[in-house]
Amino acid sequence: MTNKLTPEESREKLDKIFSDLTRSLKIKDELARFWIFILAMFTIVGLWGWIHQIRTGLGITGMRDYVSWGMYIGNFVFFVAVSLIGLLISSILHLLKFEWGQPISRVAETVAIAAIALAGLVIVMDMGRPDRFLNIFLHGRFASPIVWDVTVITTYVTISALLFYIPLIPDVAMLRERLGDDVPKLQKKLYSILSLGWKGNARQFEIVAHTVRILLVLIIPVGLSIHTVTSWLFASTLRAGWDSTIFGPYFVTGAFVAGSAAVILVMYVYRLRYDLDEYFTNKSFDMMGKLLVLMCLVYFYFNINEFLVPGYKMRLAEGAHLHELFTGRWSTLFWFVQIFGVILPIVLPLLKYFRRPLPLTLIALVTLVASWFKRFIIVVPTLEHPHLPIQNVPENFIHYSPTGPEIMITLLPFFASAIIITMLAKLFPVITIWEYAEKQGIDKKYLLEESEK
Amino acid sequence: MDNQNTRRNFLKTAGMALGCLGLAMPERVFGSGSKVLEADGDTITLLTPGGQLVRVEKSKLKPAEMPSLTENQKRGREGLPHRAWVMVIDLSKCRNARKCMAACQAHHQLRPEQHHMNTLQMQDAEHTAPYYMPKNCMHCDNPPCTKVCPVNATFKRSDGIVLIDNERCIGCRFCIAACPYSARVFNWFEPRDAENYKDVTYDIEANVPQKKGTISKCLFSADLLRVGKMPSCVSACPNGVYWFGDQNEDAVTNGTTKETTSFSKLIRDNAGYTLMKELGTKPRVYYLPPKNRAFPFEGEIQKHE
Repeated sequence: MTNKLTPEESREKLDKIFSDLTRSLKIKDELARFWIFILAMFTIVGLWGWIHQIRTGLGITGMRDYVSWGMYIGNFVFFVAVSLIGLLISSILHLLKFEWGQPISRVAETVAIAAIALAGLVIVMDMGRPDRFLNIFLHGRFASPIVWDVTVITTYVTISALLFYIPLIPDVAMLRERLGDDVPKLQKKLYSILSLGWKGNARQFEIVAHTVRILLVLIIPVGLSIHTVTSWLFASTLRAGWDSTIFGPYFVTGAFVAGSAAVILVMYVYRLRYDLDEYFTNKSFDMMGKLLVLMCLVYFYFNINEFLVPGYKMRLAEGAHLHELFTGRWSTLFWFVQIFGVILPIVLPLLKYFRRPLPLTLIALVTLVASWFKRFIIVVPTLEHPHLPIQNVPENFIHYSPTGPEIMITLLPFFASAIIITMLAKLFPVITIWEYAEKQGIDKKYLLEESEK
Repeated sequence: MDNQNTRRNFLKTAGMALGCLGLAMPERVFGSGSKVLEADGDTITLLTPGGQLVRVEKSKLKPAEMPSLTENQKRGREGLPHRAWVMVIDLSKCRNARKCMAACQAHHQLRPEQHHMNTLQMQDAEHTAPYYMPKNCMHCDNPPCTKVCPVNATFKRSDGIVLIDNERCIGCRFCIAACPYSARVFNWFEPRDAENYKDVTYDIEANVPQKKGTISKCLFSADLLRVGKMPSCVSACPNGVYWFGDQNEDAVTNGTTKETTSFSKLIRDNAGYTLMKELGTKPRVYYLPPKNRAFPFEGEIQKHE
C-alpha cells in the first residue's frame, strides 16, 4: 500500500513520530503540575466529604427513604457508561477494520480505564456500610443483579487494563531504548520493568497480535454486559419509569454517546497540548463527529420507544411519571437533556463545519454534561413516585435536593479520573507508536534502534 | 431452651402468655430469662418463663448467659417451625389512632420519621370516599426485596416472615428500590437513642439495636412471636383493626378483642384482598375493604404531588 521506504527515510520518519508522540512525556510541564495540584486539591475535598459521610451517615446527602438513590447512583451509571467507549472504538471499530480508529484506540482505553476505575469507587461511596464491602464476596448471592454487576465490572477492568497494556509493551520497549536523559531515572526503570524484556522479534509481535485479537473479541460480550447489567439494577424493579424491557440497549447506546463525547474531548486536549495535529487529524474529528451522530440517532430511536409507548397508554403510575418529566417539576432538566444530549449532537455534526475539531469539541462538552443529567433524570424522578403515597414524613423526604457535601463527593471522581488520564498521558505515548509507524510503512526492525539524536 | 414456648399455640394461651411473659419482656431484651422475686436465706424464689414459682439454692445460681449474636442470627434465619403467619387489616375499623405506629417505633428503636407501620390516608379515585390504611411490610411470598439483596442480608423464613440481618447489610438500598410498598426504611443517621442500646446484643428478630447505614423494616415482631405474643402494633390497636395468626391453623386473633376466628372465613365473608396483587408479590398481609366505616374520615386528604 505505501511505497517502500529506504532505511534512511524509515529512520528519519520514525524519529519524527517518536519525538512527536513522546513530547507529552518529555516536556517540563509546569502547567500540568499546576493542573494536577488543583485536581488533587478538589479530590481531597471530596475525600474529606466522604469521611464526613462515613462518620455522620448517608443522611448528610439529600437522599431519604423514598428517594434512596440519588446523584451517586446517577454518577455511577455515568462513569460505567463512559467506560464503554473502550469497547466501541478499540474493539468494534478495529474488528470492522476502520483504519481511522487506530490512533484513537489508546485514548479510548485510557478513558475507559479511568472511568471504570472511578465507577467502582463511586458505588462504594454510595454504600451505607462501605466497611462491609467484602460481604459481597463473602456472602454474595448470585440472584442479585449487584453481584452480576460486580462480576462483569471486575472482568471489564481486567480486560481493559490488558488491552491498554499489551499493545503498550513494544512502545515501552522503545521508550526504554530510545529515551535518553529526557526523563528521570525512576521513570526509565519503570519502562524497563514494564517492557518485560521485549526484544522486538517477529514471534513476540505475533503473540501480541494474537493476544490482542482474543481480548478484542472477549471484551464485546463483557462490555455489553457491564452496561446492560447496570441498567437492570433499575429495570429489575417494579417502578414506573424503570420497569422497561429496553433498558439494556437504551443504556448501551446512551453509553456510546457519552463515551464518544468524552473521547472527543480528550483527543482535543491532547492535540492542543502536545501539538499532535498530524496524529489526531481533522479527519479523526470528522469521523468521530459522524460516529457521534450515528450513536445519537440510535439513542434517539430508543428514547422514542422509552417515552412514546408508555405515554400512549398513560397507565396511572407511568402517566404521573411522564407528566413530571414533560411538564412538571423535572421538565426543564428533562428537555435540556433531550435537546442537548440527543437532538443537538445529531443535528449540528451533520454539517461539515461542526465536525471540525473545535466546534465538535464544544458540542461534545455540552453532550457530555447533558449525558450526566440524563442519568440523574433516569434515577431520581422515578423514586419520587412510588406506588403508595408518601405521608407522615418530613418535607425533605418527599422531594430530593442534593446537599453541598453530596455534590463535592459527586465531583470527586471527575477530578480523580482527570488525574488518571493526565498521569497516563505523562507516562505513556497517547498513540500506539509501533502500530502507527507500521501504518506509515516503517519496518518493525527499526523500532528498537537507538535514536540518532 | 425456648422450645416449650415456640411450640405452644399462643392463640389458645394468648391471655396467659400476655400475663406472665409481659413481666419477662424487659429481661428478654436485656439478657436474663428469669425474674428475681425475693431472696430468702440460702434459697431464692424465681419465676420461670413457664409461669411457675420455684425455689433455688443460691449457691447453685450461675449468671445468665447473654444471648450470643451468632445464635440469634442462626435461629432468626430459621423461622418458627410449622407456622405461616398472616395479618388481616380491617380498614372499616381504622380511625387513625396511630397507636400501632407509636408501639412499633418504641419496640424497634425507630426515629419519629421512620415507619415500619405507617397509617396512610387513601383515596382510590377522585370521587370515592377517603379512608385510613395502616401499611406495613407485606411479607410477600414472592418478595422482590430479598431477590435483589447482594449479600443475603434480607431473607424469607419458613414461617413467612421477611427479616433483615443488619450485621450483614451493606447499605446498598437496592431493596428499597425493589419494594413496591415503600415498606423499607434506612438509618441515614445514628439510630434513635443509640447510646442506650450500645451494649445490647443484636436481636435479628426485632432488628434492635438498629445500626447506622443499614436497612430496617416491619418484622411482624418476630421476637414477640417466638415467645407467644402478638406483634406490638396488633396488641396496641384500640379499635380492633388487626387480626393476626397462623394460616396453617386457619386461625387469626384480633389484637384488641382477643377474639379468634377462621382466617379463610374472615377474608371470604368480608371480601379480603391484598395490595397490588397484579405485581405478583403474593403478600401475607390481607385487607378488608373500608365499607360501613363506624366513623367518618376526618380532615383533608393529603395530596402527595
